[in-house]
Amino acid sequence: MRNTFANTFYELAKNDSRLFLVAADISPVASASDFQSNFPERFINVGVAEQVMIGVAAGLAARGCIPFAYTISTFAIYRPFEMIRVDCCYQNLPVKIVGIGGGITYSTLGGTHHSQEDIAVMSAIPNMTILAPCDPNETVEATKACINIPGPVYLRLGKAGEPNLTENAPDPFVFGKARCIKAGTDCCFLTYGPITQMAINLAARIEEQLGHSVAVFSIHTLKPLDYDGISKILKKFPVVTVIEEHSSIGGLGARVKEIAWDSGATCKLNSFGLKDDFIHFYGSQDELRSAHGLDPESIYQCLLTHFR
Amino acid sequence: MQNKSPKHHVFESMERCRKHRRRILEISQGVSALHIAPAFSCLEIVDTIYFNLMRRNADAHSDDSFILSKGHGSMAQYVVLESLGIISKDDLDLYSKPGGRYATHPDYGLPGIEASTGSLGHGLSLAVGMALADKVAKIQRNVFIVLSDGEMQEGSVWEAMMLAPTLKISNIIAFLDLNDFQSFGKTSQCHPNFYPIVDKIKAFGWECKEVDGHDSESISEAVQARVGKLPCMFVCRTTKGKGVSYMENKPIWHYRSPNLEEYNLALKELEA
Repeated sequence: MRNTFANTFYELAKNDSRLFLVAADISPVASASDFQSNFPERFINVGVAEQVMIGVAAGLAARGCIPFAYTISTFAIYRPFEMIRVDCCYQNLPVKIVGIGGGITYSTLGGTHHSQEDIAVMSAIPNMTILAPCDPNETVEATKACINIPGPVYLRLGKAGEPNLTENAPDPFVFGKARCIKAGTDCCFLTYGPITQMAINLAARIEEQLGHSVAVFSIHTLKPLDYDGISKILKKFPVVTVIEEHSSIGGLGARVKEIAWDSGATCKLNSFGLKDDFIHFYGSQDELRSAHGLDPESIYQCLLTHFR
Repeated sequence: MQNKSPKHHVFESMERCRKHRRRILEISQGVSALHIAPAFSCLEIVDTIYFNLMRRNADAHSDDSFILSKGHGSMAQYVVLESLGIISKDDLDLYSKPGGRYATHPDYGLPGIEASTGSLGHGLSLAVGMALADKVAKIQRNVFIVLSDGEMQEGSVWEAMMLAPTLKISNIIAFLDLNDFQSFGKTSQCHPNFYPIVDKIKAFGWECKEVDGHDSESISEAVQARVGKLPCMFVCRTTKGKGVSYMENKPIWHYRSPNLEEYNLALKELEA
């Protein structure tokens, strides 16, 4: 996703002089170096200084530029939180904040590098848009979408090497719309970001072992959330399960439960996310997810109870 | 304006600022509180920038910019904008009232306002971004900015201080309203390592000079005499509450409206 972002950005920026890349000493590599070589005046490394990264980006945006402020997600949004709130959101300027390593991607780097409540924090700010693509293909679409969104965006990415999950998706990527990426009729998963892979694997297992038809939806646009689309999903499917690599507080699971209540949904609704805890556990991303109780086996066992 | 003698300029500026102060006091009578002393502190600086230094009304793409990074001094900017006809009297009469648009801190997008300030430590980064955009677009345009001395204690200011010369930005002209006061008292007492400030600014790669912040002529001359190859900051020695004797250097006037008796006393001091 990281390389795909850099390549997509470069392709867009070659022909659009409004685009700037403002990095805080973390480079998106890949084509970012070509961009730096060919358009050095529009590649700004502010150094290890995230507050000025966001402030400068807002100043550029006030002049009609479209800056992409780029670094590891925790540094991109937590350190300069007030600059995002005031400079970008209060002034409603088109700064695109790109956070890599969203969720617990950097599983061995510890809590300093885990953005496990970023969606909750960013969602609460007026004017903010949040995009969290599930694979490189959606990263291309989300990056392009950023250009046409008039206000600030938080683009939550994974790292490098994620597989494409949406090659055969029934629905196209449409900003602001829940996207069916695998069709099904008996139950469905709502998810976003690279953990979508877990939902797809679970769907395959349920279909194979239990014979139920399972849909998977990529909720790539977390704000504004597709209220109507999710209401319809809650009406259509008897069992709906949210899987997200984010705290259970203020993430997609909590929002879907709100929508379920508001729309009078009668389906069975589960949500699986990260614990509201800093876990001092080190291992692979999957192992850390498991330590949070976010593992395919637990989810499968939970769903079994609905199908009995 | 170019044909008038420097002395005439000084007289005009003093006259305007006297009227600005009376107007701020007048508005203070309609609201429970407003930041009078911080506005009086930077009034000559703001007036000089708008009337003597900024290029205005050229066209939308080359007019100079102004950011009041010490947003709590907003009354200084509002009354200057009113005297230029950018803010209407009706608008300013509704200051901080229902139906009004101009409140305690400047709001981006209103006529004359280019940044939402009020939280300290934001303006300089915005200025660097705006100045950078102009530099890349090869537009000759300056960004004028006024900061407070208390504000310089924000770490974000120093991130921007370090970055601006690195980006070879020379189109920022900054003014530090050095009144030596912050909420807890005199900066020189409660935060003494703030000083020496001029040395710090120079050490970060800026051109820097100290001037009398209540002397329009000194301010203008210093700006015109700058080398201009680096971002430039003028450290303006000022008096908090300047112009009304009982307000000068009295922390309580940071955020208080005078009662009728105090108001009349202040007006008397500000008679022509």
